[in-house]
Amino acid sequence: MKAQRLLLQALRKPEIVVGLPDSRMEDLMVVAERSRLTATLGHRLADAGILAALPGRVRRHFEAAMIEARFRSRLIRWEMNRVARALRPLDVTVVALKGAAYLLLDLPLARGRLPADLDILVRREDLSRVERRLTEAGWRSAELSEYDQRYYRRWMHEIPPLRHPQRYVEVDVHHALLPLTARLQADDELLWSSVREVSCSRFRVLAPEDLVLHAVVHLFHDSDCANRLRDLVDIDGLLRHFSARDRDFWHRLTERARAHGLERPLTYAFHVGRRLLHTPVPAEWLNPGRANPLLRRWMTALMCRALPPSAPDDLDLGAAAARWLLYLRSHYLRMPLNLLIPHLLRKALAGKRH
Amino acid sequence: MVLGVGPFQVRIRARIAALTGFLSRMYRDFPLHPPDSFADVRVRLYRPRSWRRYFQPQVCFERDGKRIFHPFPLSHAPPLFEWGLNWCIATRAHQYLMLHAAVLERGGRALILPATPGSGKSTLCAALMHRGWRLLSDEFGLVREDSRLDPLPRPIPLKNESIGVIRAFAPEAELGPEFPKTRKGTVAHVKPTGASVRRMEESAVPAWIVFPRFQRDARAVLEPVPASYAFLRLAYNAFNYEVLGAEGFRRVGRLIHRCRHFNFSYGRLEDAVEIFDSLASAS
Repeated sequence: MKAQRLLLQALRKPEIVVGLPDSRMEDLMVVAERSRLTATLGHRLADAGILAALPGRVRRHFEAAMIEARFRSRLIRWEMNRVARALRPLDVTVVALKGAAYLLLDLPLARGRLPADLDILVRREDLSRVERRLTEAGWRSAELSEYDQRYYRRWMHEIPPLRHPQRYVEVDVHHALLPLTARLQADDELLWSSVREVSCSRFRVLAPEDLVLHAVVHLFHDSDCANRLRDLVDIDGLLRHFSARDRDFWHRLTERARAHGLERPLTYAFHVGRRLLHTPVPAEWLNPGRANPLLRRWMTALMCRALPPSAPDDLDLGAAAARWLLYLRSHYLRMPLNLLIPHLLRKALAGKRH
Repeated sequence: MVLGVGPFQVRIRARIAALTGFLSRMYRDFPLHPPDSFADVRVRLYRPRSWRRYFQPQVCFERDGKRIFHPFPLSHAPPLFEWGLNWCIATRAHQYLMLHAAVLERGGRALILPATPGSGKSTLCAALMHRGWRLLSDEFGLVREDSRLDPLPRPIPLKNESIGVIRAFAPEAELGPEFPKTRKGTVAHVKPTGASVRRMEESAVPAWIVFPRFQRDARAVLEPVPASYAFLRLAYNAFNYEVLGAEGFRRVGRLIHRCRHFNFSYGRLEDAVEIFDSLASAS
């Protein structure tokens, strides 16, 4: 059996890890590391009460990864603290996105995640004030070519990343959930109107449905899915968490996707999540998008192929082809062709992918 | 092959003659485990496919199928392996508080020599290893939860003039080939002594923390320093003090409590050996 299937099985049912022969255990560790899921898996093993039953050598790996994940979370919390302090004089609403939001809400899926950046969202009209204030307080913008600067400013949904020279965490300031040029656009008014407060924090978070849709859009609309199992695990964790606490959640999520015009990516998320991680999506809610069933099946198959990490020596041409197709798709969805083609040419000539 | 190095089992895959020769010489006494054992660290060194292959061959270092570092000239595969392995350990082995220090043992008690630029740590460490001290590590003080130190004996990299110094000081030292023009100048490795390798499963109790400073022709002076000073210098010099959070603070604290701490400046290795001998023989 391939290593990535082993990882998927272990995520669904941690018990299978007990008693794995050494070489299989090593295969599992390699793909878990490659998809940055070691600490997540470690927490699942600990919750299932079987971490202590693993051989010491294996257990220590999971524990070390969990220590590192806690460290990363601390860094993000500290960066939030610093950003909150810097923005104190401004009367603007700041929304923590993704990993930062999961930490603020203390969601179970936050444990074991390895957040690298702090993502925040501000209203477009507040953007320049926020950026100026952060720069005054010491954050610096990464050095980018003029072209890249323009790329960010004109077409993207975030400004070039900021970093404080004394710290490691990058701060990404967004003013929309999707690139300005993208074919889908979430309804900003709707988003802002249901932003929630978090007790004892200057930051707000998106409503649960928007939290899910944001994660969904990132993976199934805005990425090539390559080795992004990590993001699917987030979506799966969010869906499980919110649906367990609110019987009406599937209904509200679907309604919300419709209001934003994001049914298509949500449909993919449901199908791929169910297939790979057994996300418990009830059958009656499986198809919010009413997409062409053939297309849906094909996209699901491609994404299921591209998402899991390949083992290092595995020359998986199917996965490579799926990733290439999804890479093209993500760019196609991101910008109109008259912008995209010159952009890709430029990137190809500069020898790097964006 | 799966090589046992201290607490770690390292899977090495490489078909590079210079590296194979280096490993079979410098790691001769280390245990080899069956290929289907569980490896903690999985590395591969390979020659990248590119046009350079034919007139300026290079070598890359990969962990878990992911390349780290820029390629090195092919002839530098052994130092690349050594640095790469350090990096693999420093970025993952958070079950330990990892001090950036040389550690040696005598009578079950460990001497910790934190690394700072200009300390001459590796030279001092190689010298002591050839004067009755057992090498725990030249690079990593692996501090366990119970404050004991786990050995990680590896070849000691000497730089530039230090190579000649050790050849003269300990003619019995077994040195590997010299690698000129690495990013740290010329590098040659000293093979750990037989006893250091044979006893690499034996942990040691921390006893002394000594911050060395090499000054040409200086008189050897061993000077006690306050615990607070030792704490800060040790903590800031660790690879993962921040990663461990509160536990890092506790481990450094316990270490400081259990040890005597000194600043040490010296100009001659003989003086250093003598002073550390008297330290070890005093109760």
